[in-house]
Amino acid sequence: MRTTKSILMNGDDIDRSLTRMAMQIVEYNHGVENLVIIGIYTGGVSLARRVQQLIQERLGVSLPSGSLDITLYRDDWSLASQNPVVKKTSIDFPLEDKVVVLVDDVIFTGRTVRSAMDAIMDLGRPRCIQLAALVDRGGRELPIQPDYIGLDVQVGLGEHVHVLLREHDGSDEVVLVQ
Amino acid sequence: MSSNSSILLENARLLDPASGLDATGYVWVREGKIAAVAAGEFNQGRLATDLGALARLDDLWRIDARGFWLTPGLVDIHVHLREPGDEHKETIATGTMAAAAGGFTAVACMPNTRPINDSPEVTRLIMAAAVGAAARVYPVGSISLGGRGETLAPFGEMRRAGVRALSDDGRPVSDSQLMRRALEYAGDHRLLVISHAEEASLSRNGVMNEGIVSTRLGLRGIPRVAEEIMVYRDLALAQYTGRPLHIAHVSTAEAVDLIRRAKSQGVSITAETAPHYFTLTEEAVGLYDTMAKMNPPLRTATDVAAIRAALADGTLDAVATDHAPHSGLEKELEFDLAANGIIGLESAVPLTLVLVREGLITPLRLVELLSRNPAGILGVPGGQLAVGEPADLTLIDPQRRFIFRPENNQSRSQNSPFSAWEMEGKAVLTIMDGRITWRDPGDPQFKIGHC
Amino acid sequence: MSDAHTFSRRHILGLADLSVDDIELILQTAESFKEISQRSIKKVPTLRGKTVINLFFEPSTRTRLSFEIAAKRLSADTFSISSVDSSAVKGETLVDTARNLAAMNPDCIIIRHSRSGVPGLLARHVKASVINAGDGAHEHPSQALLDLMTVREHKGRIQGLKVAIIGDITHSRVAHSNIIGFSKMGAEVRVAGPATLMPPGVAAMGAMVCSSVRAAVADADVVMALRVQQERQFDPLLPSLREYAIFYGITPELMALARPDAIIMHPGPVNRGVELTPALADGSRSVILDQVTNGVAVRMALLYLVAG
Repeated sequence: MRTTKSILMNGDDIDRSLTRMAMQIVEYNHGVENLVIIGIYTGGVSLARRVQQLIQERLGVSLPSGSLDITLYRDDWSLASQNPVVKKTSIDFPLEDKVVVLVDDVIFTGRTVRSAMDAIMDLGRPRCIQLAALVDRGGRELPIQPDYIGLDVQVGLGEHVHVLLREHDGSDEVVLVQ
Repeated sequence: MSSNSSILLENARLLDPASGLDATGYVWVREGKIAAVAAGEFNQGRLATDLGALARLDDLWRIDARGFWLTPGLVDIHVHLREPGDEHKETIATGTMAAAAGGFTAVACMPNTRPINDSPEVTRLIMAAAVGAAARVYPVGSISLGGRGETLAPFGEMRRAGVRALSDDGRPVSDSQLMRRALEYAGDHRLLVISHAEEASLSRNGVMNEGIVSTRLGLRGIPRVAEEIMVYRDLALAQYTGRPLHIAHVSTAEAVDLIRRAKSQGVSITAETAPHYFTLTEEAVGLYDTMAKMNPPLRTATDVAAIRAALADGTLDAVATDHAPHSGLEKELEFDLAANGIIGLESAVPLTLVLVREGLITPLRLVELLSRNPAGILGVPGGQLAVGEPADLTLIDPQRRFIFRPENNQSRSQNSPFSAWEMEGKAVLTIMDGRITWRDPGDPQFKIGHC
Repeated sequence: MSDAHTFSRRHILGLADLSVDDIELILQTAESFKEISQRSIKKVPTLRGKTVINLFFEPSTRTRLSFEIAAKRLSADTFSISSVDSSAVKGETLVDTARNLAAMNPDCIIIRHSRSGVPGLLARHVKASVINAGDGAHEHPSQALLDLMTVREHKGRIQGLKVAIIGDITHSRVAHSNIIGFSKMGAEVRVAGPATLMPPGVAAMGAMVCSSVRAAVADADVVMALRVQQERQFDPLLPSLREYAIFYGITPELMALARPDAIIMHPGPVNRGVELTPALADGSRSVILDQVTNGVAVRMALLYLVAG
């Protein structure tokens, strides 16, 4: 049962982290040329849109952005008792030779990102793929590391990190639930 | 038990529509015949006197039938025994055992065997196999040679060999002229013609009743008119020729009305229906359950209501089972390809008893429908509790509750839509020709023992 | 429908078995899957290692191909058995065939058969999921689902639409599944056709039987013409195809009675000039090729939802 709950990030924390991550993306890539931002369903999609907007606000450039559903690439979906609802993957620009920045809310085992990379590869051949995660909670099962992190926190196995976003949940908050 | 034994059934509710008797009493069976029938307590003193005639005292079986109905042996004028030709489905031996277990002491077996019973040779084959069987077997001969509906079978010779009625059951006689000639010629040989009423051009390729369910399931329907047109034709031919006619397995409300009207006009006709036609509707087909596939097909609630009313008011004369055994080979198939028909001998009594419990018919009427009338229609002995008659008797426990399990039945086949139904009432003892042919093994509540 | 709706059907035997939520989930899933077929690499690894058997006892090119493409785009291993090389010709019963297939442990069996009810019979004898690809005159669920998807794509909704289905209602499994599906989803379904091809009890399935094609088409949002099966030899059902075309075929004059934005559908293959005039079949209001495209997406969705 969920007994205790603590706030890891409030709305301002999230805003600051996203702004920093947006700037790091531009800095690391020496500009915005060939950059595309792709959010992973569900939380990553809203975050990707925010990152894209932050870059537009600072640099006046509207980067192509899309959304990716990785359900069909999951390695565990047949273990689930019910089939997850498949969302629409919407990437209406070519990925050839692009620098793809994948955005997700939380990185944990790395399996979701592995699936997302497979999905991206099926959609085209980008020059490289980078990963931005609002929260890195540790616990990796695959050799995958994010390039941009909002909050790095070690979380136990019995604990869950929930990223609440105003687009879905009314307000922005990252909470740890035990 | 030898056929010389003497059996005393006492304290039973005696039901004899022939005499109108419905009272508690006893029946004494001796040397294969009914030696005494009387209401009231059996008189011990008189027994001693009568017993003087018996050589061995311990040959007297005395059965306390308190709470049970004792009826003349039930007669089923419509069964398929499948011998010769389809012994994997049923044989005369297993079919008559099923009959006995269902309370029947006589059955009329339809001619659609392989070869078809259209000759005295086949009739004799059946008669020979029926010697020593658990029920009397009255073969029904084919109306036409090969059942092809073209030329008449040798009615006279078949009658001499043992045939008691004629029918092309399973297939209609489409040629009206042939049906007319059959009625005329059958009269010469005191044979009853039984009509399988179906207008084939309307029923062709149909596999269930035409209606909402057939549309929903995408199955080709058999419209009610296919039956009704032929019932009308055959009634008209019976009237025109003045010959008696029996209509088999009536399944529709309109057919019932046609028969009622013809009877009121004095046409010499009789008609039967089967328990499934007053118990089930087309909904029993469910999701392509081949156990609910038969010809004529199960109809609608309106038809079921009309059939029940007709059983009560005398329009329908008999309940026959149309016992049609099939193995999994013929039933575990695509619905279109599965064979028509269900077994019925061992479920007829409980299903007909439902009508009694619902107050639709009296117990005497039940005996009329299952014994007296079918015997009369066929013109065979039986159907009454009368001194001197062959001792064909059925003892029914009207309250016995049981789960119907075709796999435990005496029939060789299990094709029944009533599998796993909770039923109430069954034959617990059947006596044919003075011989016990069936004794319910399931913890019989009646006492049976030597005097 | 909420995301929480669980798809609990193991088999897809007909629209009659599916709830509104089931249908909604299938359509939503299919809409998501549509994009995959537009990629240059038209394949996702979802059903990797799963075995899908296409068991076609009745000739079919389109449906079989559509299912096969759907399964392959989901990375399933597919095997096709058609009537010519099936055991049916050797006198093996369907139940025998089913038991043999079951022993090879497939995950999904897609079956088409000329006899109504066969997919259900198969489902009772195998562990695999069974998808009905058309059985006799019973149902053709994937066709109705792709029709629903196509209509929703063009009209934005199903609820409240007037859908006219014209032709051989008796023998058409497409009509049966569509009547059930569209009425379940809140459309008003009207049917019209020759009286010889109008079965009893259509109203009980949810359709309004119209006395004429004109009455059915009047004010309709969707006009669906059914294929006339030329192999109807048992019954004197129709005098001629010519007569059918004149009195029951969909023409531009008839379409003028429908709503101006009405779309024309047909399950294919079209007998041009019989059910539809060629100009209509290939014209701007025809969504016949969209139906084909959506067929792959719907079949992918069905495979995804049952083969897990």
